[in-house]
Amino acid sequence: MIPEIGHFSLILALLIALVQGVFPLLGATRGNPVWMLMGRSAALGQFLFLAIAFAALTHAFVNNDFSVAYVASNSNSTLPLQYRIAAVWGGHEGSMLLWMLIFAGWSVAVTWFSRHLPEEFAARVLGVMGLVGAGFLAFLLFTSNPFLRLFPAPADGRDLNPLLQDFGMVLHPPMLYMGYVGFSVAFAFAIAALLSGRLDAAWARWSRPWTTVAWAFLTLGIALGSLWAYYELGWGGWWFWDPVENSSFIPWLVGTALIHSLAVTEARGVLKGWTVLLAIFTFSLSLLGTFLVRSGVLTSVHAFATDPLRGVFVLALLGLVVGSALLLFAWRAQRVGLGGSFELVSRESMLLANNVVLAAAAGTVLLGTLYPLALDALGIGKISVGPPYFEAVFVPLMAPALFLLGIGQIARWKKASLPDLATRLRWAFAVAVLVALFAPFSLGSWSAAVSGGLLLAAWIVTSSAASLFERLRRPRESGGILARLRASSRSYYGMLVAHVGVAVCVVGITVVLGYGTDQDLRMEIGDSAEVGGYVFRLERFAEVSGPNYTATRAEVRVTRGGRDVALMYPEKRTYRTQEKPMTEAAIDWGFFRDLYVALGEPLDARTWLVRIFHKPFVEWIWAGWLLMALGGLLAVCDRRYRIPVRRMNLAPSPGGLLEAAEGAAAR
Amino acid sequence: MRKRVETMILALAALALLAAVPAAAFAKQAVPAAADPVLEKRLMTLAAGLRCLVCQNQSLADSQAELASDLRNEIREQMRRGASDQDVIDYLVARYGDFVLYRPPLKATTLLLWSGPAILFLLGVMLLVRTVLRRRSRAAEEPISEAARARAKALLGPEGETEQA
Repeated sequence: MIPEIGHFSLILALLIALVQGVFPLLGATRGNPVWMLMGRSAALGQFLFLAIAFAALTHAFVNNDFSVAYVASNSNSTLPLQYRIAAVWGGHEGSMLLWMLIFAGWSVAVTWFSRHLPEEFAARVLGVMGLVGAGFLAFLLFTSNPFLRLFPAPADGRDLNPLLQDFGMVLHPPMLYMGYVGFSVAFAFAIAALLSGRLDAAWARWSRPWTTVAWAFLTLGIALGSLWAYYELGWGGWWFWDPVENSSFIPWLVGTALIHSLAVTEARGVLKGWTVLLAIFTFSLSLLGTFLVRSGVLTSVHAFATDPLRGVFVLALLGLVVGSALLLFAWRAQRVGLGGSFELVSRESMLLANNVVLAAAAGTVLLGTLYPLALDALGIGKISVGPPYFEAVFVPLMAPALFLLGIGQIARWKKASLPDLATRLRWAFAVAVLVALFAPFSLGSWSAAVSGGLLLAAWIVTSSAASLFERLRRPRESGGILARLRASSRSYYGMLVAHVGVAVCVVGITVVLGYGTDQDLRMEIGDSAEVGGYVFRLERFAEVSGPNYTATRAEVRVTRGGRDVALMYPEKRTYRTQEKPMTEAAIDWGFFRDLYVALGEPLDARTWLVRIFHKPFVEWIWAGWLLMALGGLLAVCDRRYRIPVRRMNLAPSPGGLLEAAEGAAAR
Repeated sequence: MRKRVETMILALAALALLAAVPAAAFAKQAVPAAADPVLEKRLMTLAAGLRCLVCQNQSLADSQAELASDLRNEIREQMRRGASDQDVIDYLVARYGDFVLYRPPLKATTLLLWSGPAILFLLGVMLLVRTVLRRRSRAAEEPISEAARARAKALLGPEGETEQA
């Protein structure tokens, strides 16, 4: 009964989404305030029914209702409760439901935080979101319904993939989707701006916090995914340039370009057309990512051909969304004014250069991800595009961008001069060069690659410091150091924190690639080995059993200079239902290094193949991403986003729509 | 096969020893898993750039699949006989095609793949320069009116235009 309630709620949500997609948009064009206001209640209703559907599916998982086909193929009665809940989004259908729930959540957030927007504009935003939501709900209902029943019901389920039975599964997908889907708000704002013809600095100001929050979530989601792969997969890697990873990285790159170009548009009213285009592309690429991951096209073009319905549906949806958005853009873009001018050396052009590089980088990752698919589909060869390709083309693109970052954040708007920049940044550059020259010696041997990476990282930090220092020394600022610190806006500090995050991440990548060591060993009980200055001694093995697996667990004692450092317990698990052996690596986390021990294969009862890694600074990679996300959230807390727009002197909208809508709202 | 027999003999020998000597006497250095660590390092570096053909996007170095381990043995054997990295790659490509290489070779079909990033970047730079130059010339012709400036200021709010990051 309860799954049917969920199913029915989904149908209701689809109908409500259609209402949300039609009436507010029509109302905004015709000046009908009642129709416009329907967007707000429809968004609430859609969220409510999606929440009911989601709760119904969760209920089926928690109570092991294996008569629901989706539950039967993704859960098992021995699966611990927290993973039964996470298993709700462990497969295709459920993750699309989560996608939609989060989407509806963003719509509700828009209705809450858009009270200060002109009603006509808010109606258009909600209307666009209603249309996108209706498309995805139709996709969910017609091709990926999670509530279909099985008859006769199996006695037990096929269990969740053991790789997914981890806390990362609880956090990573929701975070990632928060980001993916959050870009739909930026998209809806862009389309609403094109529809209403008010593409101005105010539009940029309204849409910027939404974009930044979505970007921060995507940043967190990607970082969590990378961290999860690092500790779960058992061979110590943290980024594989896997097509699935790439399809979240591409929207991230374009989204990063978008938040920078929004900064220009908000501050200077220029690059409006480009910003709108980026907003459209960011969401489109999120949809493309969904298509790539969900259609099965990545495993093989032929997997796509055997069950084409889902893929064709998402592809059609993608084509419809992108096509109509771009058409609208082409139709309306000429009306967008140019805005103020700026010189070739100015903060505007630096940010534009950042956009060029990020867009080229995103294009490159997209090219590398789609190229093998295209060749295969055309029947002219099967190739693989893997890490060697991406490293070869990505690093040369990003390195100059990181260098420009240091200059860009200190350059003046409109017109900057190179000699002036050189004077203001000479100390920052000198310190960065010194760090790059000498820091490698303190870590180990000197190498050009490490020195280059550290140069970029140090340069970002020192130029950020230079920027802060200049602000503190400004003659017009009075008061003590605290007052001077407070004089700068939160979005300025957000920027600094995020940029330092980039530097921290670069340090992590550089050092772990340059100085990380590992050994493949044949270890017998009592054997010891030295890796990275630490002595690892295999003490004993024990057989342990978890709720749905049995495991061999090793105890490894780690010492350094005779002093105890850690006891580590790597495991080799066998999950009962799927009978898959899983390596559960043991990690001793540390600020400056991780120690990582993974069991390979047993040679006999007392001897195993063991892989031991010493990974200096590896955690700085994720710390950097965390700082970037925090920087984004800090920027959103800026005071200027809380100033109600109605207080401002708005330009009259066509036909006095705004007044009509306000009148209706007051009534 | 021979290797498996060897392992078994080793294992039996270890068991026999185990029965005779108390565990504490085993405090010794662990031996590298491979007989020849230098060669193994070379093998793994090479295998990191090769695809495990039966896995879902895993390298030959990381994969634990049977085929991957067989291929590693094969490469190890070839290297032991003095094959260069290129010899091994040629052998694998002859057997499995370009699909096995994570770094696609430069040929007619991959020309666009390898030149794409540069083309994208140059295209972007050209657009950037053109935008800035055109904007400068156009903006010089039509300066912004005072009224528009005042309206923009009002729209931008009290904090004005300089504080934004």
